[in-house]
Amino acid sequence: MDFSGRRLVHSSRRACSRRAWRALTIRRILIANRGEIAVRIIRTAQALGLETVLAVSEADRESLGARMADRALCIGPARPNDSYLRVETIVQAALGSGCDAIHPGYGFLAERADLARLCETEGVIFIGPTAAQIEAVGDKLRARAEAIAADVPVVPGGPVENPAHAQALAREIGAPLLVKAVGGGGGRGMKLVEDVQDLAGIMDMASAEAGTAFGDARVYLERYVARGRHVEVQVLGDGAGNVIHLGERDCSVQRRYQKLIEETPAPHLPDDIRDAMHEAAVRFAARLDYRGAGTVEFLYDVAREQFYFLEMNARIQVEHPVTEMVTGIDLVAEQIAIANGDGLRLTQDDVRINGAAIEIRVNAEDPARNFAPSPGTVSTARWPSGEGIRVDSHIVNGAKIPPFYDSMVAKIIAHGPDRATALARLRAALGDTHIEGIATNIAFQSETLADPDFAHGGVDTGFLARRAARATGD
Amino acid sequence: MSLTARDVEEIMRLLEASTFDRLSLELDGVKLELERGGGGAPRTRREAAPASIAPAPVPAPTIAQAPAASPQGEREAGLVEITAPLLGIYYRAPKPGEAPFVEVGQRIDTETVIGIVEVMKLMNAVPAGVSGEIVEILAINGELVEHGEVLMLVRPDAG
Repeated sequence: MDFSGRRLVHSSRRACSRRAWRALTIRRILIANRGEIAVRIIRTAQALGLETVLAVSEADRESLGARMADRALCIGPARPNDSYLRVETIVQAALGSGCDAIHPGYGFLAERADLARLCETEGVIFIGPTAAQIEAVGDKLRARAEAIAADVPVVPGGPVENPAHAQALAREIGAPLLVKAVGGGGGRGMKLVEDVQDLAGIMDMASAEAGTAFGDARVYLERYVARGRHVEVQVLGDGAGNVIHLGERDCSVQRRYQKLIEETPAPHLPDDIRDAMHEAAVRFAARLDYRGAGTVEFLYDVAREQFYFLEMNARIQVEHPVTEMVTGIDLVAEQIAIANGDGLRLTQDDVRINGAAIEIRVNAEDPARNFAPSPGTVSTARWPSGEGIRVDSHIVNGAKIPPFYDSMVAKIIAHGPDRATALARLRAALGDTHIEGIATNIAFQSETLADPDFAHGGVDTGFLARRAARATGD
Repeated sequence: MSLTARDVEEIMRLLEASTFDRLSLELDGVKLELERGGGGAPRTRREAAPASIAPAPVPAPTIAQAPAASPQGEREAGLVEITAPLLGIYYRAPKPGEAPFVEVGQRIDTETVIGIVEVMKLMNAVPAGVSGEIVEILAINGELVEHGEVLMLVRPDAG
C-alpha cells in the first residue's frame, strides 16, 4: 500500500497552520495528564478563557477532569505505556483536536525531551522548557557540571585515582565522609568514614566488596550529611536569561524518598542561607536560559549550615500550591504566559511572601498494610473548606482510583499569617476530611502534624524514619 | 425560551436520524454545536449552557461514540461495532482521490482492511475483525478518532 500521497497533503496543511499560529496567543490546550493536576490545570485554563482538551486513558473516561474539560479524548488503554506515555499519540491528539499547546503536568511525559522536541518540530507550543533544557537537567553529571559552572555549591566529593589522591580529597571534603561504589546506588555500596585516618583501610574493603557485588571496583568519595533537609527553590524563567524566584519549599518530611508534607517558608533556616539558596537557584536557571516554571533542589546540611545542589526539576511540581498560597501567584497561569511568549510578567520585587503554607499529600495507601496502594471506588469524599484551606483533587463521590497510576489522589493545603496558624488550620482541616471506600494516609498525616518536632519546625529527612523506628521499638 | 436537557437530547436524536453531519444552533445566548464522529472543534461549550442543563452531563460529545446515545429501536439489533484501535486521523481510502477501502453494503471478512488511522505520519491499517456486511460508516474521513471510537457498524454473518 502506498500512503505517501496523503503524507504530503497533511504535512503541508500542518506547515501552514504552524506558521500562522506560532505568533498568536494560545487558545486551546491539550492536557497530557490525569488526576488532580489535570483538574488543577483545567481550572486555570478556564479562568483564562482558554479551551481545554484532556487526553484520557480508558480508565479515566469518567474522571472529574474528563467532565470538566471542553473535550476528553481517549488516547488508549489504562496502562500508562499504552496511553499517557505515548509521545506520538499525545502530539497527534493535540494536532487533531486543534490545540495550539500541550501542558504535560508532572510525571508521565513532563520531563521527556522527545515530547518537547516533537512539539517543536510540529509547531505545537510545549508549556515547559526546551528539549535541550530538559536534557541538560535530566543528566545528573551534566547538571552537576552546570551547577559548578554557575558557582552553585555541589556535594563535595569526586572520583579517586590513587591512595595519595584519596587522602588529599578526603582532607578537602572533611569527615565524616562516604566511600561510594560507582556501580552502587539506592543506598547500596556505601561505607562511612568517621576519621580520615581510617580511609585507606575502608577504601580497600569497599573497593573489594564493590568488585564482588557490582563487577566494578571503582569507588568515589562524597561528604556525608548526617542531618540534611530537602529545601527547593521555585523559579520562573523567560527563556532569554531572565529568572526570578518565588521563595523556597521545605520537603524534608519524606518516607522512602517520597515527599509527604511540604511547606514554605522553610522553618528556622538562617536568613543568609535562605537568600544564598534563592540566588544560587536563579544563577543555575539563568545559566541555562531556562524557560518556564522549574524547581532547583538543594540538600541543606544542618550541622555545617551549608547547602548543596541536588537536581533541577523541569516541570510544575506536586507541591507548587504552597508557593501559590504565600505569593498569590498562579504558577500554571505564569507557565502558560511564558509559553505564549509573554515573558515574565513579574519582577523579583513583585514577589512577596505572605505568611506560611503547609501541604499534605493524600495517598490512596494503607499505612496498616505497610502503605500498600489502595485502589478502588470512593463511596464518599468530604473535603475540608474554610479560611486559608485549599484542596486540589479529582476525587468526588463515586470517583474511581484505578490501580495503574500513582497513589497520590489529593493535596490539602493550609495558609495562614504565620506557620502556627497554618498548621492549626491544616490539622483542623484533616479532622473535617472523610474519605470512604478506600484506605488513605490521612490519619497518618494527622499524627505526623501533631508531632512536637514537626510543630517546632525544621525537621530533617530522617524524621519520619526515626518516628517509625520509635513506634516499632516501643 | 431556554434549552433543557430533554431538548438537547431531542435535537441529538433528530441529528442522528438525519443525513447531516453537523448542527449549529444559537438562541438566547446559548450556542449548541453537535457533530457526528470526532470533529476538530470542541462541541457543546459547557460554560455557555444554561443552569438548567449544566447539572445533567450533556452527552453531546458521545453522540457517535456510544451506541447507547443513539435512539433505541432505530438501530438494527445485533449490529457489531468496528472501533478505532488507537487515537489518530481516520482515512477511508489508501490515498486522496482513490476509492475507499470499503463502502456501505459491502461484504467484509475479519481480515478486510476497512481504513487507516494515522499517528504522526505512521499509517496503521485497521482490519475489520468481524465478517459480515457494512451497514453504516460513522467516522468522518480525515478527522481525529479517539481510541475505541466506533468507526463502522456491521451486520455480522449468521452463526
